[in-house]
Amino acid sequence: MWARAVLLGHRSWMGWHRGFTSKTDPQGSGRVTAEVIEHLERLALVDFGSQEAVARLEKAIAFADRLRAVDTEGVEPMESVLEDRCLYLRSDNVVEGNCVEELLQNAHRVVEEYFVAPPGNISLPKQDEQQPFSHN
Amino acid sequence: MLGRTLQEVSAALKQGQITPVELCQKCLSLIKKTKFLNAYITISEEVALKQAEESEKRYKKGHSLGALDGIPVAVKDNFSTSGIETTCASNMLKGYVPPYNATVVQRLLDQGAVLMGKTNLDEFAMGSGSTDGVFGPVKNPWSYSKQYREKRKQKPHGENEDSNWLITGGSSGGSAAAVSAFTCFAALGSDTGGSTRNPAAHCGIVGFKPSYGLVSRHGLIPLVNSMDVPGILTRCVDDAATVLGVLAGHDPKDSTTIQDPGKPFMLSSLTDVSKLCIGIPKEYLVPELSSEVRSFWSKAANLFESEGAKVIEVSLPHTSYSIVCYHVLCTSEVASNMARFDGLEYGHRCDIDVSTEAMYAATRREGFNDVVRGRILAGNFFLLKENYANYFIKAQKVRRLIANDFVNVFNSGVDVLLTPTTLSEAVPYLEFIKEDNRTRSAQDDIFTQAVNMAGLPARQPEQPGRQVVEHVVETVPGDVKNAQKQ
Repeated sequence: MWARAVLLGHRSWMGWHRGFTSKTDPQGSGRVTAEVIEHLERLALVDFGSQEAVARLEKAIAFADRLRAVDTEGVEPMESVLEDRCLYLRSDNVVEGNCVEELLQNAHRVVEEYFVAPPGNISLPKQDEQQPFSHN
Repeated sequence: MLGRTLQEVSAALKQGQITPVELCQKCLSLIKKTKFLNAYITISEEVALKQAEESEKRYKKGHSLGALDGIPVAVKDNFSTSGIETTCASNMLKGYVPPYNATVVQRLLDQGAVLMGKTNLDEFAMGSGSTDGVFGPVKNPWSYSKQYREKRKQKPHGENEDSNWLITGGSSGGSAAAVSAFTCFAALGSDTGGSTRNPAAHCGIVGFKPSYGLVSRHGLIPLVNSMDVPGILTRCVDDAATVLGVLAGHDPKDSTTIQDPGKPFMLSSLTDVSKLCIGIPKEYLVPELSSEVRSFWSKAANLFESEGAKVIEVSLPHTSYSIVCYHVLCTSEVASNMARFDGLEYGHRCDIDVSTEAMYAATRREGFNDVVRGRILAGNFFLLKENYANYFIKAQKVRRLIANDFVNVFNSGVDVLLTPTTLSEAVPYLEFIKEDNRTRSAQDDIFTQAVNMAGLPARQPEQPGRQVVEHVVETVPGDVKNAQKQ
């Protein structure tokens, strides 16, 4: 039963994919292909949800492409404005803790002192594996 | 009483002209009256009254904690507040109650400040209008001012009386509106690309962005770790200095706060500007700048010059690339920071139980709005192996060039830069939403984000009337000691 419900959920989430590649548009470079979309959705675990979202990404990329015009020959990347300072470490002493109850309070599924997660190591179904239910 | 500055009201409390409980009640009542502004997400009435009572006891004994004792303040809803819901205006954190206070919140409370509530913002502080949170947009109090009404020539009981309301700017719009509407005397905002200064500009109040590393980010739900800072919103500059004095300083819980010993921050009553050299960056004079802003900018420069300051033109050559660079770095860091929201330990969790990945994906789809998802996806794109060097590393290199631009200018004898904060005055909501969040942010952050990338302090001062201008008051970048000497 639950498998069906999940497939249903997935279908609505990923079903729109078919036929959704980014058309090469004047602003974008057509770089957001179906492959890229799928890859990003897996990495981010966030879906595009619509063709508009894909178009927005294309615009964001086109915008970022303007950086190419800057000459950065010999320039080191800057990670932090505090790069000239040392990150310091606190001394290795326990100063707080023992707040199990407080921390568990905000979780939806808890069993004794554990956060409950669904089974892991199951990848999201691939786009082309989306089939209408083969069983009822 | 509510229209006074923090320092004035603090004096009134000391002199017994008003008690903390009375003050708190007045603010609560005004918050209720101005509910239509939608500035607050959570009003912590009980907590506030309790804090006010405790403050009153201290005043009676003559043991007040300082200038902030008994003063109503508000905090943007992306700062963790113990026991008080903290949502970041997102479905992802609806119902989330943090078990701890952000350091800046704790420091305010330790000084006896009275927390009125959590203010509204763009979802996860992403946006420049305070229009994209799940609790709805924030309305600019100036929409209801006589000036604006006359300008719009509104009929008193016209049908469209409220449809032309102005945005507050963002993302700390709720905090700005709360201060501007007199419901509190100071508010915390956050500033990653201008999110404190932009709404301060649109709401006619002071918005201060401290130097990166001066104020602790512990408890500020992060957007861009290398640029975020807590921001201060008040009705006058002296008040901002008072609040900064309380908030600034090393925090062992935030290793990006600098450890240099600081002197308590005191604003000198600086009436002599003749030793000041003020720089006007020529690249900030863009065609999109409204004539009103341009004229205010000129007026401000002339004012300084007439008082004896040296006002010169300077150049920040990489200015035009600054917003692009910010866009890449911001989305990349956001992609990383938003990864923590998976429904497992806190926040929204969907019902899917098939696999962790499926649960995460559905939870994040349900919890985040389009803007947040868009930035996460863009960030992930820039961080892909094949794109990393050309986008992320490239942007980091450009960031250095931008930071160096500022260093060069300050090394050439300039003390302070004077620039616009926004391109134009606050626009009506209906006009603002014609473009999407990303476009608007790219337009509206144009003047403010360079300073975030360079880690510099910047201030948007109050303006009488509807303000549009700004000062960006800088000191030598990254050098906090100098900042404190000013």
